[in-house]
Amino acid sequence: MRVLPVGDSALLVEVSSGDEAQALHAELLRRRAEGSIAVREIVPAARTVLLDGLTDPVRLASELTSADVPTAPPRAGEVVELPVRYDGPDLADVAALWGVTEREVARIHAGTEFRVAFCGFAPGFGYLTGLPPHYDVPRRATPRTSVPAGSVALAGPYTGVYPHVSPGGWQLIGSTDTVLWDHARVPAALLSPGTRVRFVPVGTYGPGPVDANDRGPVDADRPDKAGTDGRGPMDADRPDTAGTDRRGPVGADGRSPVGADGRGPVGRT
Amino acid sequence: MTDRALAVVRAGALTTVQDQGRPGHAHLGVPRSGALDAPAAALANRLVGNPAEAAVLETTLNGCAVRPRSTVTVAVAGAPCRVTVDGRPVAWGAPVRVPAGAVLDVGAAVRGVRSYVAVSGGVAVEPVLGSRSTDLLSGLGPPQLTDGAVLPLGRVVGPHARVHVAPQPAPPAELVLRVTLGPRDDWFTREAVRTFISRTYRVSAASNRIGLRTEGPTLERARSGELPSEGVVLGAVQVPPDGRPVVFLADHPTTGGYPVLAVVRAADLPAAAQAVPGTPVRFVAVRRR
Repeated sequence: MRVLPVGDSALLVEVSSGDEAQALHAELLRRRAEGSIAVREIVPAARTVLLDGLTDPVRLASELTSADVPTAPPRAGEVVELPVRYDGPDLADVAALWGVTEREVARIHAGTEFRVAFCGFAPGFGYLTGLPPHYDVPRRATPRTSVPAGSVALAGPYTGVYPHVSPGGWQLIGSTDTVLWDHARVPAALLSPGTRVRFVPVGTYGPGPVDANDRGPVDADRPDKAGTDGRGPMDADRPDTAGTDRRGPVGADGRSPVGADGRGPVGRT
Repeated sequence: MTDRALAVVRAGALTTVQDQGRPGHAHLGVPRSGALDAPAAALANRLVGNPAEAAVLETTLNGCAVRPRSTVTVAVAGAPCRVTVDGRPVAWGAPVRVPAGAVLDVGAAVRGVRSYVAVSGGVAVEPVLGSRSTDLLSGLGPPQLTDGAVLPLGRVVGPHARVHVAPQPAPPAELVLRVTLGPRDDWFTREAVRTFISRTYRVSAASNRIGLRTEGPTLERARSGELPSEGVVLGAVQVPPDGRPVVFLADHPTTGGYPVLAVVRAADLPAAAQAVPGTPVRFVAVRRR
């Protein structure tokens, strides 16, 4: 475990695996709940947990040791069940990558208990882990310009559900009608870090109709495409990007500081 | 509809509703958002007698114009600009009475980028996760202002300040940003780190509420490969593959996969919000407190 200072009031705790990061996150939440850590934000990610808004980061840094990381994340809390139709346009591709039938993809996916490792990309988007490593899949070579809300998707070790219509580079295997994010609801996010998730198959297996227009190549210079929408710098894990070759700098769209093109923010319909 | 409202006459290039933002939800992928020049927004609120958490308007470069349906007190702070009521010049940086039906015009910034318009009672759009701020990254909060939009106002809670003019820092001719190195300075060559803290950059025209982008010497990485996504803080200086540092501002993404070379002191970020494109930027390394 490495504890890296971040500015004057934050620490980034780096561990060696996603499981350790989830376990550390759960432990830090427990300590905050019992009152032994005063911190504004606890942000888990792939291999790290960020503690932001600390009053005394130096002291906490000296106190945190590897002994603080439990061996595995707790299997506590309710399981959120997401009804899913395994009808995604990439189901056949995923079946080919896994070397199984489409029906088997659905069976394996629905037979797995997932856990929200972390959230990011958009409010309500969780990066779910649980599939064994040999089921990792690459992102699509060319991201779609528009992925429907509720799409259940795979990339790398993660499963995710797109909370809103957005560009997307992940492999789409199904869809759900469950609303992942509703800011009028309490809590707004159905999935938060640590939430256990199961996908419950409904309806028939097999891909639905695919709109060929949604599969066009992404031109990184166009403002309506992934990576050039004026959002902050991105990273390869983001579900609106394809492989790492697409990690172009954001801001290459020449937007002025006013963002005066009048486009609405991305991540909404 | 109540007469406690503002009609938008001229929305300007990018005018948004901002308050102190919605910190505490980063783990859900929700940016903090909030006024970029927070001290200017706070001053404008103080001048009209609003509590610090009241929502104000944040303009960008060319101001905006609004018509209150009832008589209100307003104050404009942040980027200096010409302010008029029904065409008559009134004070910038001081409380001003705007009669019902009159047009308050907040002109283009003479210096700086963002002016803040506080109205007695505050802009009372429906809060989202405890904040009325427009978040341009994730789309939370009210949409940016459009001509003809109507914004509700809250109840007036206190008298306006008895001042003729309030001192404010001038927008920076040169932006000096104090930074502490890390957490990922080891991803860069020693030469790159030296370049970063010794050479002069310029504010890029591609800057926005998400990040202050810079132009200048590129920073070379000491290692290739990918950094798994990790949480990022306000003021983080992220270096994308083009090698030019980006300073994360209020609407920044909550996680990122490009290495963060340094973090800007929070006290220096309001000035960053007022630095026009082309402004020289120097990053000065300081010791962690």
